[in-house]
Amino acid sequence: MSAITPPRSSLSPLQKLRSATGSRRILIHTLLIGVAIVMLYPLLWMLSSSLKPDTDIFTHPGIIPAKLRPENYSEGWSGSGNSFSLYITNSLIVTIGAVIGNVISCSLAAYAFARFEFRGKKIWFGLMLGTLMLPTQAVLIPQYTIFYNLTWINTYLPLIVPKFLAVDAFFIFLMVQFIRSIPRELDHAAMMDGANPFQIYWKIILPLMKPALITTTIFTFIWTYDDFLHQLVYLQQNDKFTVPLGLTLFLDQTSGSSYGAMFAMSTLALLPTLICFLIFQKRLVEGLATSGMKG
Amino acid sequence: MTTTETDAVVKEPTAPATPSDQRERERMRRRAARRRGGGWWPYLFLAPWFVGLFGLTIYPMLDSLYLSFTDFDLLSPAKWVGTENYTRMFTDDPVFWDSVHATLLYVVVSVPLKLALALGVAMLLNRDLKGIGLYRAAFYLPSLLGGAVAIAIVWRQVFGGDGLFNDFLGWFGIKGQDWISSPDTAIYTLILLAVWQFGTPMVIFLAGLKQLPKDVYEAAEIDGARPVTRFFRITLPLLTPIVFFNVVLQIIDAFKTFTPAYVVSNGTGGPLNSTMLYSLYLYKKGFTDLQMGYASALAWVLFLVIAGFTAVNFIASRYWVHYDD
Repeated sequence: MSAITPPRSSLSPLQKLRSATGSRRILIHTLLIGVAIVMLYPLLWMLSSSLKPDTDIFTHPGIIPAKLRPENYSEGWSGSGNSFSLYITNSLIVTIGAVIGNVISCSLAAYAFARFEFRGKKIWFGLMLGTLMLPTQAVLIPQYTIFYNLTWINTYLPLIVPKFLAVDAFFIFLMVQFIRSIPRELDHAAMMDGANPFQIYWKIILPLMKPALITTTIFTFIWTYDDFLHQLVYLQQNDKFTVPLGLTLFLDQTSGSSYGAMFAMSTLALLPTLICFLIFQKRLVEGLATSGMKG
Repeated sequence: MTTTETDAVVKEPTAPATPSDQRERERMRRRAARRRGGGWWPYLFLAPWFVGLFGLTIYPMLDSLYLSFTDFDLLSPAKWVGTENYTRMFTDDPVFWDSVHATLLYVVVSVPLKLALALGVAMLLNRDLKGIGLYRAAFYLPSLLGGAVAIAIVWRQVFGGDGLFNDFLGWFGIKGQDWISSPDTAIYTLILLAVWQFGTPMVIFLAGLKQLPKDVYEAAEIDGARPVTRFFRITLPLLTPIVFFNVVLQIIDAFKTFTPAYVVSNGTGGPLNSTMLYSLYLYKKGFTDLQMGYASALAWVLFLVIAGFTAVNFIASRYWVHYDD
């Protein structure tokens, strides 16, 4: 026994500290589990409420429903006037358009900033970073008048076209950082083979920056999908409404009568984001951490 | 003009060279310059961004500045009214001050709480723990759902009169109230929602903590520095660049908050304008009341306030942010 375990006195102060962490470990886990419960409880409550009869939602607020009422989902889906499938289709049009726009326009701009020297580059780059801090509210009204004059109100164009003009500087910045980590020797080799800058962008840079493109895709999808303010401003008729707007219709019409259906649709509305999260959890967290670190 | 130019070209070669040699060298030099500069290529790649920058940012900023001095309802041409919008805002619009009050309260209370919680939890997670990925995911998820209308709807019910929160208080024998419809507490339900979404700064803190030098801690432990001392003497100073980054981002974000205020108050900013966050007021003035000139003035004030806060942050950062050289 004593041959294996060294005598207590021979432990360095550091080792002593380390060995004392056993009970502290349990304490930390307890603390973290407590926080996790608080963080997830409202979501679980929403899910369970979506399956309860209306009368039970507030009288039996526990997580496990006493009575199940899956009809909330079918009733919510057929909704009021328009079916929820219409809102989901509309949201898909907007988000897919935005994703394509962001991936193309931001990667083009990022390639230029990362790989070329040109007059005023520092100033342009500074302006790009400056737009990161510009609140959208500051340009909301003149942008609205522009789209109004183009007669684009109540269409998806004001929600999609700006993304093709690289207005989300956050993603340009993220991609610039990524392209800088791709060795320039690859560009030079391709140039020797006679490739022009566009071919280098298309055949070398784009395939290699796939991780950054995926991060951009996921974040653009989630942020556009959830972007309530712009959809509220630009979409006016119910048949053009997206999921967030469809949900607020519920809010107006629910005067205490169909909470179950409202929670059912709220749950469904969160589903695309949740699925993204479950599939790309690691990439989401790391994309955020690395972009934050380099800022 | 033309003669001097040709003179220069003729005079330039110093060594005797045949005309074809000279042309070849000139071409090589141009190609090398183009490789570095890329000629018109960078502008081609930046073309969409340029259109966006000028068409959707710079021009709108200037247009909004112009509109802020007009009476404009979108349907008829803007009418110049001088500084009337600004004077009205500061002297004759109690709702403006309500919204300033609500917004400042929201920013000043939610940002420090959120960052403190983010840093605290990040410190707990910064060790070899089983299931650290699960914890990280659980804490980040609410932030990712952040702006969703569905979350705001849930919040409205959780803090309503017969909501989940009062039920929770009931366990401890505390009688709750309708937190959403009381003007004293409604804004705090929004603050709580913001604090609940501490995941984004937490992830950034965690990434920062992972990069701190381990040997410094080991030396401090051997010297007998207690955890509190280690936190204030080592962790916090080394982490200041990341604290700064998070502070700047979170303040800007908090000023822009719109969705929860809109949904929780059903678009009214009530009760008694207590949840009338600035963005919501701007939206109502511009798009409900069609007072777009006035809303433009509101937008410029918001822009200046955010720019001011950010500038103060950057200036103050010289005194408390430590960058290792």
